[in-house]
Amino acid sequence: MIKVRNLVKTFGTFVAVRGISFEVREGEIFAFLGPNGAGKTTTIKMLTTLLKPTSGSVELDGLDPAASPNEARKRFGIVFQDPSVDDELTAYENLDFHGVLYKVPRKVRAERIERLLKLFDLWERRDSPVKQFSGGMRRRLEIARGLLHTPKILFLDEPTLGLDPQTRNQLWTHVRQLNEAERVTVFLTTHIMEEADRVAHRVAIIDHGRIVAQGSPAEIKSSTGSQTLEEAFLALTGETIREEEATGLDQMRRMSRLWRGRRA
Amino acid sequence: MSAIYILWLRQLKRYLRSRTRIIGSLGQPLLFLLALGFGFGPIFRKAGQGNYLQFLAPGVIAMTILFTAVFSGIELIWDRQFGFLKETLVAPVPRLTIMLGRTAGGATVAVLQGLIVAAICLVAGVRVSGPAALFYALLYMVLIGVLFTALGTAIASLLSDFQGFQLIMNFLVMPLFFLSGALFPLADAPRPLQVMAAVDPLSYGVDGLRSALAGTACHFGAATDLGVLAGLTALLLALGAYLFAKIEV
Ligand SMILES: Nc1ncnc2c1ncn2[C@@H]1O[C@H](COP(=O)(O)OP(=O)(O)O)[C@@H](O)[C@H]1O
Ligand SMILES: [Mg+2]
Repeated sequence: MIKVRNLVKTFGTFVAVRGISFEVREGEIFAFLGPNGAGKTTTIKMLTTLLKPTSGSVELDGLDPAASPNEARKRFGIVFQDPSVDDELTAYENLDFHGVLYKVPRKVRAERIERLLKLFDLWERRDSPVKQFSGGMRRRLEIARGLLHTPKILFLDEPTLGLDPQTRNQLWTHVRQLNEAERVTVFLTTHIMEEADRVAHRVAIIDHGRIVAQGSPAEIKSSTGSQTLEEAFLALTGETIREEEATGLDQMRRMSRLWRGRRA
Repeated sequence: MSAIYILWLRQLKRYLRSRTRIIGSLGQPLLFLLALGFGFGPIFRKAGQGNYLQFLAPGVIAMTILFTAVFSGIELIWDRQFGFLKETLVAPVPRLTIMLGRTAGGATVAVLQGLIVAAICLVAGVRVSGPAALFYALLYMVLIGVLFTALGTAIASLLSDFQGFQLIMNFLVMPLFFLSGALFPLADAPRPLQVMAAVDPLSYGVDGLRSALAGTACHFGAATDLGVLAGLTALLLALGAYLFAKIEV
C-alpha cells in the first residue's frame, strides 16, 4: 500500500531524511518509532504531498504523490502532529468543513460527526468556538476530524501526544476497529513504545534520518535480546545519542549552516 | 463546487464573528471622508471642481475594498502559521479550487466592507445618479475585490511569516491607493503622476466606480476600465493558483 525507496529530504545543507526504504502492506498497522527530530514528521509530509522529496521514490496505492497529488490525496486521511484546526470556527463547523472537502454525503456526515464528537467527549461543546478549547480538547477534535472520512490509508503523527489515558484507549480501540472492519492501512508515529508494541503489526525504528531496524515487535525484541520494545529501542538508538554528545560542536556547526541556509 | 462554497463560507463566518475587525477597519475610511472630504471641500469648490465629498467617496470606497481584500489574501500567512493551511492542502481538492474559494471569500468580505462605507457615504450626503448606477458600482466593487484578494493571496503564497507584511503595506498597498486618483482628479495632475496612475490597476477601479456612481464620463473610458480590471483579475488568479500550488509546509 505504501512503498518508499531511498527517500531523502534535505533542508538547506541539513539532511533530515537520509535515504530510507520501507514497505507497508495493505491492511497493516505500521508504526514509525524514533526520538525527537529523527525525521518522522518530515517523512509523513513527503508521503502526504506537503513536502517534495529531494530524491527517492514514493508509491501510495500505486500512485506517485509528487506526480499525481490530487489522486493520492483521495486515498489518505491524516492527523497532524501540530495544530491544524480553525480557532474561529466551532468544533462542529471544523468537522463539517472537513466532511465537505472530502465529499462525505450530507447525511452520513451528520451521523459520523455526531458519533465521533460523542466518542471523543466533545458533543456537549460542539457549538463552542475552538479558541475556547483546552489543549486536550483541541487534540481530541483533531483526531475526530482525521477519522471523519474513511480513507484507504490513515496517517497518525504522534496522535496520543497530550491525550489522557481514557482518550488514548478510545483512540486505539477505534483505530483497531477501522483496521479490522474496513481494512484501513494505518501508518503511525509515536514515541510511546508500549503503545506501538500493542497496536502495530510491524514497526520501523528511525534515528537521525536513517532506519536502524524494522520488523514485527517480536522480531525487533528478539534481535536485540530485549524483554520490551522500549529496551530494544534504547539498545538500537542509545549509541547514536552518545555519539551526538561527543560531537556537540558538529551539531552547532550544522545548526548555523541551517540558519544561514534558511535565511538565504 | 461545494468545496468553493465551504471555503467561501468559512471566510464569511470568520469575518462576521470578528466585530472588532469590522468596526476597526471602518475608522480609516471615516477619517478620510471626514478630514479630507470636509476639509478640502471649500478649496475644491473654489477651484471650480464641484463637490469634493462626491468626488472622494468612490476613492474611499475603493480604498476600503483594496485594504480589506489585500488583507484577506494575506490571511493565508495566518492560516499557515496557525496550521490550518495544512488541512486544506492535503484535502482531495485541486489547489486552483482552494485558491478560487479563498478568493471568493476574501472578495466578498472586502465588498461587504465597501458597501458599509458606501452606505455611510450616502448618509453623509453623497448622491447617486440612479438605480443603474448602483448596479455598475457593485460590478466595479466586485472586480476591485477579486483582483486585490488574488494579489494578496499570490503574495502570501511566497511568504511564510509576517516579516514582509510591513514592506508590502508601505511599498505596494499605500502607493496603489495614493497614486490611483482616489484623492485628486487625474485630468489636471502633472504628467509623471498621470503615467504612474496609468500603471496602477486601482486607478481603473476608482475611475469606473466614480463614473458609475455619479453618472459622469470615465477618465480612461468604461471599456478600458472594465477590460483592464477583468484581464488583470484573470491573470492574478492564474498566478495565485500557480504559486499556491507550489506551497510546502
Ligand atoms: N522546514 C524545515 N526546515 C529546516 N529543518 C527542518 C524543517 N522541518 C524539519 N526540520 C528538521 O528536520 C529534522 C527532523 O524533523 P521531524 O521530521 O519533525 O522529526 P520528528 O517528527 O521525528 O520529531 C529535525 O532536526 C528538524 O529540526
Ligand atoms: Mg514529529
